[in-house]
Amino acid sequence: MSEVQTKPVNILLVEDDSIDVKAFQRAMTKMKIGNPIHICRDGQEGLEYLQETFKNNIDEAPGLVILDINMPRMNGLELLKAIREDEDLRHLIVFVLTTSNDEKDKFEAYNLNVAGYMLKSDMGNSFIRAVELVDNYWRVVEFPEPNFKPGA
Amino acid sequence: MSEGKPVNILLVEDDEIDVKAFKRAFGKLNITNPLHVVRDGQEAWDYLTECFDRRDLHTPSLVILDINMPRMNGLELLQKIRGDERMRQLIVFMLTTSNDEKDKFKAYDLNVAGYMLKTDMGRGFQRAIELVDNYWRVIEFPEKGFVPSAA
Repeated sequence: MSEVQTKPVNILLVEDDSIDVKAFQRAMTKMKIGNPIHICRDGQEGLEYLQETFKNNIDEAPGLVILDINMPRMNGLELLKAIREDEDLRHLIVFVLTTSNDEKDKFEAYNLNVAGYMLKSDMGNSFIRAVELVDNYWRVVEFPEPNFKPGA
Repeated sequence: MSEGKPVNILLVEDDEIDVKAFKRAFGKLNITNPLHVVRDGQEAWDYLTECFDRRDLHTPSLVILDINMPRMNGLELLQKIRGDERMRQLIVFMLTTSNDEKDKFKAYDLNVAGYMLKTDMGRGFQRAIELVDNYWRVIEFPEKGFVPSAA
């Protein structure tokens, strides 16, 4: 039997709404999900955090990113674009968790190959369904090794 | 509520036994998603091309791919999908025996939604299918045929 995910993957949540952050954290606690979770408040902060950890602190680097779309300074889609254009970050697994039901936003998100697009309004007030999916997801999928560089 | 009509799933798998195991797990979990099976990357490419050409109602929204297949392997197919203007948005999961870091790297570099190992699946792929079943019920799929108007 090959090794099953033992170390819970680090999660980055990029969300400007404090209430939504609290609700998400509450859902994680309720479901006894122990993944280390780091919060950034907007896209710019998210990007800087990702670049910093992947460059200098790989053990802390997130394996999974969850982002809101509507945020100040740099919104979620702008962040996603920056991630996909960054050599070190482009492989990242990204889920969108947003109020936007706009087809244009979904189109752009999938065009930038999000792993999945989730609507906050579908999550109830408690984000339980989103957290359940993410918990199911990380336990089943294989994550790429953060340091791995393919041979020349 | 996002949960609407079960999305069409395409399974690309050359191993007959694995196909049977996959279908059995589908049945066991009472999964009603329309499932189309093709046997290698080339057949998948031809099938997808035809679906997209005809804007077929059966066009898959989610593709599950093995890696090691004759004619065109899973990573080659994924590369073609990502290079195609119409298909590049497709949600793709790998379901493979390969635990090779090079394969995982390439798959995530081509932005698979998730990479799953067959050997982890025990109980006949049940875990993989449970995840996929959970996944499609929760996430929003992009509208087929949507073209964003010029900004």
